[in-house]
Amino acid sequence: MANPTIDRKSFTHGEFGVAIALTVLAVFSLVVAGKAHSTAYSFHAVLFAAASAYFVYKIVDRFYSRPAEPEPLEIDGKPNYNYGPIKFATIAGLFWGIAGFTVGLWAALELAFPVLNFDLPWTTFGRIRPLHTSAVIFAFGGNVLIATSFYVVQRTSRARMVGDLAPWFVVIGYNFFILIAGTGYLLGVTQSKEYAEPEWYADLWLTVVWVVYLMVFLGTIMRRKEPHIYVANWFFLAFILTIAVLHLGNNAAIPVSVFSSKSYIVWAGVQDAMIQWWYGHNAVGFFLTAGFLGIMYYFIPKRADRPIYSYRLSIVHFWSLIFLYIWAGPHHLHYTALPDWAQTLGMTFSIMLWMPSWGGMINGIMTLSGAWDKLRTDPVLRMMVVSVAFYGMSTFEGPLMSVKVVNSLSHYTDWTIGHVHSGALGWVGYISFGAIYCLVPWLWNRKGLWSLKLVEWHFWLSSIGIVLYITSMWVAGILQGLMWRAYNSLGFLEYSFVETVEAMHPFYLIRALGGLLFLAGALLMVVNIWKTIASPEASAAPEARPVMVPAE
Amino acid sequence: MSDTYMALAEFAQSWGLLYFVAVFVVVLLIVMRPSQKQRYDQAARLPLSED
Repeated sequence: MANPTIDRKSFTHGEFGVAIALTVLAVFSLVVAGKAHSTAYSFHAVLFAAASAYFVYKIVDRFYSRPAEPEPLEIDGKPNYNYGPIKFATIAGLFWGIAGFTVGLWAALELAFPVLNFDLPWTTFGRIRPLHTSAVIFAFGGNVLIATSFYVVQRTSRARMVGDLAPWFVVIGYNFFILIAGTGYLLGVTQSKEYAEPEWYADLWLTVVWVVYLMVFLGTIMRRKEPHIYVANWFFLAFILTIAVLHLGNNAAIPVSVFSSKSYIVWAGVQDAMIQWWYGHNAVGFFLTAGFLGIMYYFIPKRADRPIYSYRLSIVHFWSLIFLYIWAGPHHLHYTALPDWAQTLGMTFSIMLWMPSWGGMINGIMTLSGAWDKLRTDPVLRMMVVSVAFYGMSTFEGPLMSVKVVNSLSHYTDWTIGHVHSGALGWVGYISFGAIYCLVPWLWNRKGLWSLKLVEWHFWLSSIGIVLYITSMWVAGILQGLMWRAYNSLGFLEYSFVETVEAMHPFYLIRALGGLLFLAGALLMVVNIWKTIASPEASAAPEARPVMVPAE
Repeated sequence: MSDTYMALAEFAQSWGLLYFVAVFVVVLLIVMRPSQKQRYDQAARLPLSED
């Protein structure tokens, strides 16, 4: 009765191990779900159980349909690149991007019209704000980083990604973490650390996923056919490694009980604050900067079809950036209980950071020297170059705002929000959009994008949106800062707090309009990507590239 | 301020600073060696010469 085709096939160690581990996790989660102290935690435990059980089923299901032999590393002497998980992360990134931008717009509108929180606990500003920040940074940005890093490391190593289930575990496991984190915020599960809100069990899950991510990335580099490790991989590796260290340090928390979502951090007082902003600023430095610089160093040369302006500068850029960034965190704690010397140290390193940042900007932009005409004809390249220009702008503004005197005016005001968004919408957003526009035709083997005209519309709509956003926040922030510190002739505060809130209203409206335009542009991108993937004319050539290079 | 703090601060602001500057200069010298030009030019073309 034995089926001969199945007889020759057996479970790999990976399939067997992951299936057993997930089965144990499913049973354990069910026990936790039954004894959980809160309904929110119980709900999360059920999600863990359901997802684990589903993936055990998928592993078995995949086993019956897959060939007996593992995928070959090479076909006809060419690397057999693994694109499946990259496609998954790209689509997931687009989905979370739209979700995150929409929630951002909603949050912006809540500030202008508080009635929009509908007087429900789940939709108050305090809960949807972390939903917005995590959705855009970790869900959108994170998926784009995973997709691009997996693509770049394979292509520049000329080797197939390491692992069979592992890359899938990374992309699916990461998105499951996002699901737990996001639903947790809405239900009120949070450890109240900015950009590190998820509670201990979500953090543990992310740790497992992240270690596998690191191993897949490192393993692929170690398998490389190319003797040199291209600079983009250095940036990606710094991003993965540092985020692992930051995540462990800032989430050193002890749960009340395994049946409770609540945990307490082991750090106390100002040490906790310092570790939080060591984490927080390096999330900016290594997640939102180093990772996306990896994208810049691969996708801009590729799209412009020119090598990077100076490879030497890229090496100096890398080492000086990672050495300096790690010290800049204390500038988030000016005029607090943090010792004065630590504040000054943070400020000094932030100012020094200006130089490597601009070195990187010059390197990215000057890659186009001799090909400036492409800015006019190729909106995708223009998007990426404008992104680097925004990188330059926000890395000038950042050191400026870290100076104590400037910070005494800017801190706690909307100027900070404006600064963050010139980096987030301009730099991170545009380099991600550019990378997605390049990546989708390459991954799905299409001749090009469905419509470059739509990319033009995306570019101009969102550019106007960003300008409206950051200018309104500059004016609002400085106005707010000046009103807070204004005294009358008798030494009393000139304005009550609510007067400053009222003064913000018109700027909040302009900001929301900016956000709406940015969202509209992103929706055009989704239509464009959808049409590109769905268009039937797959190219006949095995490689769809803007420039055809003869085989060597 | 404690003596330990003062001693550490003095060390960091003198020898520590010199050490970091020296490391930076060494990195620059290593990277700028003219003999490495060909190697770096080749590395820069890595994404463009894929198969």
